[in-house]
Amino acid sequence: METLVDIKWVMACYSDDVPENGGACVKHGDEQIAIYNFSRRGEWFATQNLCPHKQQMVLSRGMIGSTGEACEPKVACPFHKKTFSLLTGECLSGEEFQIKTYPVKVQDGRVYIGVA
Amino acid sequence: MSKPTIIVVGNGMVGYKFCEKLVARSANYNIIVFGEEPRRAYDRVHLSEYFAGKSAEDLSLSSVSWYADNNITLHLDDPIQEINRTSKTVHSLKGLNLKYDYLVLATGSSAFVPDIPGIEKEGVFVYRTIEDLDLIKAYASNAKRGAVMGGGLLGLEAAKALIDLGISETHVIEFAPRLMPRQIDSAGSAMLQSKLNQLGLNIHLNKSTAYIAGEHKVDALKFNDDTSLTIDMLVISAGIRPRDELAKLAGLHTGSRGGIIVNEKMQTSDESIFAIGECALHENMIYGLVAPGYEMADVVVSQLIGAEKSFHGFDMSTKLKLIGVDVASFGDAFVTEPDCRTIIFEDTHKGVYKRINISNDGKYLLGGILIGEADAYNMLLQTVNNKIILPPNPEDLILGSRGESASEGAGVLSLPDDALICSCEAVTKVAICDAVNDGCTTVDGIKKCTKAGTGCGGCVPLVKDLIAGIMKANGQYIKNVVCEHFDYSRQELYDLVKINKLKSYDLVLDHFGKGDGCEVCKPAVASILSSLWNDVIVKQDTIQDSNDRFLANIQKGGTYSVVPRVPGGEITADKLIVLGQVAKKYGLYTKITGGQRIDLFGAHLNDLPLIWEELIDAGFESGHAYGKALRTVKSCVGSTWCRFGLHDSVSFAIEIEDRYKGIRAPHKIKGGVSGCIRECAEAQSKDFGVIATEKGWNLYVCGNGGSKPQHAQLLASDIDKDTLVKYLDRFLMFYIKTADPLTRTATWLNKMEGGLSYLKNVVINDSLGIGASLEEEMQTLINSYHCEWKEVVNSPELRKRFAHFINAPEEKDPTVQFEPMREQLKAKW
Repeated sequence: METLVDIKWVMACYSDDVPENGGACVKHGDEQIAIYNFSRRGEWFATQNLCPHKQQMVLSRGMIGSTGEACEPKVACPFHKKTFSLLTGECLSGEEFQIKTYPVKVQDGRVYIGVA
Repeated sequence: MSKPTIIVVGNGMVGYKFCEKLVARSANYNIIVFGEEPRRAYDRVHLSEYFAGKSAEDLSLSSVSWYADNNITLHLDDPIQEINRTSKTVHSLKGLNLKYDYLVLATGSSAFVPDIPGIEKEGVFVYRTIEDLDLIKAYASNAKRGAVMGGGLLGLEAAKALIDLGISETHVIEFAPRLMPRQIDSAGSAMLQSKLNQLGLNIHLNKSTAYIAGEHKVDALKFNDDTSLTIDMLVISAGIRPRDELAKLAGLHTGSRGGIIVNEKMQTSDESIFAIGECALHENMIYGLVAPGYEMADVVVSQLIGAEKSFHGFDMSTKLKLIGVDVASFGDAFVTEPDCRTIIFEDTHKGVYKRINISNDGKYLLGGILIGEADAYNMLLQTVNNKIILPPNPEDLILGSRGESASEGAGVLSLPDDALICSCEAVTKVAICDAVNDGCTTVDGIKKCTKAGTGCGGCVPLVKDLIAGIMKANGQYIKNVVCEHFDYSRQELYDLVKINKLKSYDLVLDHFGKGDGCEVCKPAVASILSSLWNDVIVKQDTIQDSNDRFLANIQKGGTYSVVPRVPGGEITADKLIVLGQVAKKYGLYTKITGGQRIDLFGAHLNDLPLIWEELIDAGFESGHAYGKALRTVKSCVGSTWCRFGLHDSVSFAIEIEDRYKGIRAPHKIKGGVSGCIRECAEAQSKDFGVIATEKGWNLYVCGNGGSKPQHAQLLASDIDKDTLVKYLDRFLMFYIKTADPLTRTATWLNKMEGGLSYLKNVVINDSLGIGASLEEEMQTLINSYHCEWKEVVNSPELRKRFAHFINAPEEKDPTVQFEPMREQLKAKW
């Protein structure tokens, strides 16, 4: 049976704060969360801002795109272009990294992130 | 039943290759290797690269775990001292006693040290192992004058090593009347000598050394003709001596001048002991090259797995680059009339010498020598080895066909199937063709599945031609696409975007691509859009590469560096003061760049617009250090101050830098202008370089520094400023339009069919008839110049994007930390 965890929705920013088809970083307490406005797909994603490869707080400044037949959405770290799935957080450049992802919803021009 | 044991004595290149070949073909042996040196087998052929920056690990032939992964026991730093043939055991220095079923001696050779009085003095070295190199390196730091004894292949390599180590005066001493006496003839040697002299090497031929003078350390060489030469260090490279002492001690037959005698199966006088590589003497020949050693290893492996193979001598043809000069010798290089006919081409202006020896009936190529230009080597060698019938005008082989555009259908595809393409790994043409037909269509792929090109690498150009030739013959089009989202090359995409007047990435993707794009095609298209329309790039910030997105270079810790333009490297005291004040105010680390400007490091993203506001107020502009764009045009001080200067190089550099600033290209572009041939601006290491001459200016193109340095080549000489600018416009625009993404001008030219002569035709003779349009397109870009930072500073909307936290724009990234270093700051991470 599925366990239901109470998701707490936190207002992060306004939707026009985040550039189209790009990302921005949001401060949530001591945490840094990268939010991506994938306007080409009409979708929003959020991940940790830290790139696990060289421990840099930069993923929100990376280019986003998609890969493969299934058009899996991804972000490329601006430092060494390690890519991560925006759906699962899995590293797509063949290394054993995993980043945290967060649910996102947009209501009335406001962007909310789901934190556990 | 337990597996039979093979003990390999020696862990050099050939010993390693033996193990590699054996484990690839059989798992039925227990392999034990003893090496005298403390390291795993390394690439001795490329030893001089150790001085040019490669580490011992880079030179290593295998990974740390390779031996263990293949169940091979490796004992390093433990030479075998004794072989007991009766009990079939070996005894090592560290005291191991092991039994063998087969013994493979791959003990190699040592440097031959002639018995000259004083040879034991401090400052005298041999050139053989990484340990030798370390000793030479340590000693060279205090030496100004060095000499190499021996002008053979290895001696010249050693001389290059001394030059790389910064020895300001390097000499080569040769006993024979010519250099490389085993490979080239007197005329070839003379040509090589004049080229090496130009490069600063002093060559002394016909010199026999009487003794080495000096108290404890070497001070001078005294020759038999009563001359002498003052030196601080001496490297001996007078030939090799096979390491046969262990074999001798065991009572194996050895040659009177050294070497373990072997038969065609590489067996010594004891049938369970083999000898391979430079220690083996086959038919009175010692083979001092790696390829025959590998062949011998293959012969022994064949015996062990029960296959038939024997050794019948080996082609000693060789091609190498000595201190930047191509030298090749193939087939029978020395045969003379009346046993053959000889065709010689000599060009003392360019320093090229070519000789081919053909059979008296004019049908076959027997051998030859190439100095200064050896592109034809692979084909010539194949022509000899495969007894290919010569064309009616065999001089075309070295001169190229002149006049008619006949490319007589020869080339690599006409070789017979069993032509040996890679002699190091014994890979035939048919093996490569099969691999290509099975879908292996890259050089790396061919290396993996056939091993061709993994030895000396000399056959790689031939392999490339083969791949391209076969694919073309199969009707396959070699398509060079941007990425999975665009089925076009950059050049095709450039034309499509231009014709359709598309101005945004999304439109380009909608029209010509699929999917959502990625980190490869976004910056590639961004560059094309910029090269075509020259809009403000931050208006489409999310398609820009890491540095372009924030118009600054991202650095460790996530801060950025700031580089204002300093055209030609000329800067006023007032501007220097402003840079200092800004650096102080924002806590920036400052450093002078290689391109004659000043880099300010450690800027927070939020501070970038504030910093630039102050810089722009003081008259600075963006330096585009973050962009694939014109970086700097470096200059020497020129005729305004320098007593040697012919023209005003600084003014010209500023003029050129201001002309092309802000123009985006497939990769960064650097330029240089020197006021005279002393070339203090290092213009020949740039994408374009200008050097003043008595009559005007010389224009060089397509050079670069970086990981694969390449000298720029002369495009036009003694031209006036206006002509030079016209050629430069055409050259740069042609590059911008046709190069692949992230390809520097040097690589672009290397890949260009027809090379420099084609480029000259396009730029100077306007052979494509596009000269005027290239100039016009360049003028459009020049006219649309804008300082990108000024656009940002003056736009509140664009400034807003330079914030770390979108929900707390005034807060900086708290994870950015600095620590002090030499009175400045550095990023802590």
